[in-house]
Amino acid sequence: MIVFALLGVFLFGTSSPAFAATTPPTASASASCTADATTGCIQGTINQPSGDPAVGVSLHVTGAGGFDETITTNDQGKWVVAITTAGQYQVEVDESSLPEGQSLDASATNPATVDAALNKNTGRIFKLTGGSGDSSSGTTAPTDSSGGVTWERFLQQAASGLRLGLLLALASVGLSLIYGTTGLSNFAHGEQVTLGGILAYVFANLLGWNLILAAIVTVVICAATGYIQDWLIWKPLRRRGMSNMQMMIVTIGLSLALQYTFQFFIGAGTVRIDRSNPKTVDLGAITLSEQSLWAMLIAVIAIVLVGFFLLRTRIGRATRAVSDNPALSAASGINVDGIIRLVWTLAAGLAGLAGIMLGLVLNGISWQTGLQLLLLMFAATTLGGLGTAFGALAGALIIGMVVELTNLVLPGDFKYATALLILILVLLIRPQGIFGRRERIG
Amino acid sequence: MNELMTTLNAILASALSPGTAALAIAAIGLNIHFGYTGLLNMGQAGFMLIGAYAFAISIIGGLPLILAVIIALAAAVLFALVLGVPTLKLRGDYLAIVTISAAEIIRMVGRSSLLTNITGGSNGLVGNSYRGPFTDLSFLGDGQSGFGPWNYDNTGSDGWWIRLVAWALVALFSVMVFLLMRSPWGRVLRGIREDEDAVRALGKNVYSYKMQALILGGVLGAVAGVVYILPASLQADSMGRSMTFFIWTALLLGGAATIFGPILGAIVFFALRLLVQGLAGQFVPASIMTSQQTEQFSWILIGVTLMLIVIFRPQGILGNKKELSFNAR
Repeated sequence: MIVFALLGVFLFGTSSPAFAATTPPTASASASCTADATTGCIQGTINQPSGDPAVGVSLHVTGAGGFDETITTNDQGKWVVAITTAGQYQVEVDESSLPEGQSLDASATNPATVDAALNKNTGRIFKLTGGSGDSSSGTTAPTDSSGGVTWERFLQQAASGLRLGLLLALASVGLSLIYGTTGLSNFAHGEQVTLGGILAYVFANLLGWNLILAAIVTVVICAATGYIQDWLIWKPLRRRGMSNMQMMIVTIGLSLALQYTFQFFIGAGTVRIDRSNPKTVDLGAITLSEQSLWAMLIAVIAIVLVGFFLLRTRIGRATRAVSDNPALSAASGINVDGIIRLVWTLAAGLAGLAGIMLGLVLNGISWQTGLQLLLLMFAATTLGGLGTAFGALAGALIIGMVVELTNLVLPGDFKYATALLILILVLLIRPQGIFGRRERIG
Repeated sequence: MNELMTTLNAILASALSPGTAALAIAAIGLNIHFGYTGLLNMGQAGFMLIGAYAFAISIIGGLPLILAVIIALAAAVLFALVLGVPTLKLRGDYLAIVTISAAEIIRMVGRSSLLTNITGGSNGLVGNSYRGPFTDLSFLGDGQSGFGPWNYDNTGSDGWWIRLVAWALVALFSVMVFLLMRSPWGRVLRGIREDEDAVRALGKNVYSYKMQALILGGVLGAVAGVVYILPASLQADSMGRSMTFFIWTALLLGGAATIFGPILGAIVFFALRLLVQGLAGQFVPASIMTSQQTEQFSWILIGVTLMLIVIFRPQGILGNKKELSFNAR
């Protein structure tokens, strides 16, 4: 199934080669692109060293105007994408989808940057080396994997689901806490996640710092952006008595401005935080990259710490009190503005941490990573109950799992649709979510 | 100086373009949602896209023009029902979350490679495949005509015929909104915006009125989608989140809850964007900002503009502070 190609490249560049090899030569659709005044084509052919076409190789094309597409070579080894905006595009070959035993030639740049124009065909060639030309790979009939849901696939998807769920939880706790303490749905929260990934890219990749040092500095800077944001924008607006609806539109404007600021500096392509190729670890039927395992561990630790903070410390209790009833907490001597400032700082820091790990796990980060995550975050917090921190955790784990397991039966493009379906069902049946209370929703 | 004239000409051309008209129609629809009823629809581009797909696919499937338009409108009604039923009884945020998600999902499913045979996948559908029946209706004949900076084919793909129809629709919908909002029905909508509970106490079914407003605005969104694709091609990615935010910025810029606000907003929006891009392209050297970056810079300014308008002048250019969906002070 094409599921694997999409999954492998679009979200988890680290999926095992065994999966990609089973990708049948579909994508016949990709063989058509006619350049005209509003369309341009980027295309190429990938051949094995033996001269046979390399079938089913995944390429990820990103670029101008938010273009983001994954394509597989057809049975002549050809690939083509249609674009509608002229500009720079990045073409990245998913090396795990190459025919077995083969790799990109050392002279090939991957990802490659292509200057594409409208009304024009732009070519890009990737050269392969290695492997014996007469080996049975590539052109032979792929083993049939479309048969259905096997136990191995289920386990692998469930592991990916757990990973997504944990990272999602890390990102959504902050969203939920901000909603709980101020009543604001922060549409710019996704950009906080992207910011984390991009800062880590700047420090670890561009400046060549040690990854751990880069991560710590990134989280500190992200937390600082939360603090500054509340000080500069949100507190003055609350002082003016601005309604939440109005502030929500402000967050939407902020989100738009931030997205294009990211694009302004790093371009529309995907950037990688860690240049090295990830090592994979086999756990029974499950294959995960080392970085994924570390990310999951760090996420669990961070979540436990947040839980401890909320339940066992004085400030944590005060946070939950403000979340419950701001007026009453103010009356009992809690510094509500201080708590809100703390929540913004914490939320931005956690989102930044989630962004770094997403960038590592997904093998790169782009200006719209956070944006795509925002929908899942909203589904998670609504499912758990808007404004409850622990609801966000439970909701995120469920959403992460469901989204990944959807891939067992539906192609990758549809996984966000399942998240929406859950959201609509929750709103119909139990609008306050699992842990929410009734008075918040009306 | 030459550069400046080019920018000026581009601005004048965009003021009359069918794309501006489409944005204006979508903003009029959003005005019914947000300006008059107070509904936070963050997925107006989704309504446009669903209308555009329904229209183009029906025509390609061989249906007559009138039927295709009806199907496009029906699709928008259905979409509004699916989004409205679970959310309209809840706080405004929920409608915002569900609509923004649904619009994204329509876009993702539309560009999915599985549906390439129907929707054209990410390549979209070429204009020539669905434009025929519409241009056949033109009574302007062949040839070119024009005045001032505006010089177009009479009937061609991006000519006077589509401009005429698009702006006639803008005028028609403006009059419709004007009349509707003076009617008792419109007064109930404005009542809901001001105080839902008070309207409920008067025995009105608030849920039903909100649903009617959502459907009506959504249908206008679908019409906007059809107008938007007629002179060009149908690309799912051209009607994504950014489109929704453009519509919002245009509406708030012009002034929500006014008749001419959405139209003025749409024209000013495009003019400002081209002006920023033109000035940045001319005065900022390429070593500091490439042409690609000037475009991104203009989007950054749009985001900041949206924030500043909402904070400092929530009523926009034409609006009235008393007529706001949010109680600004």
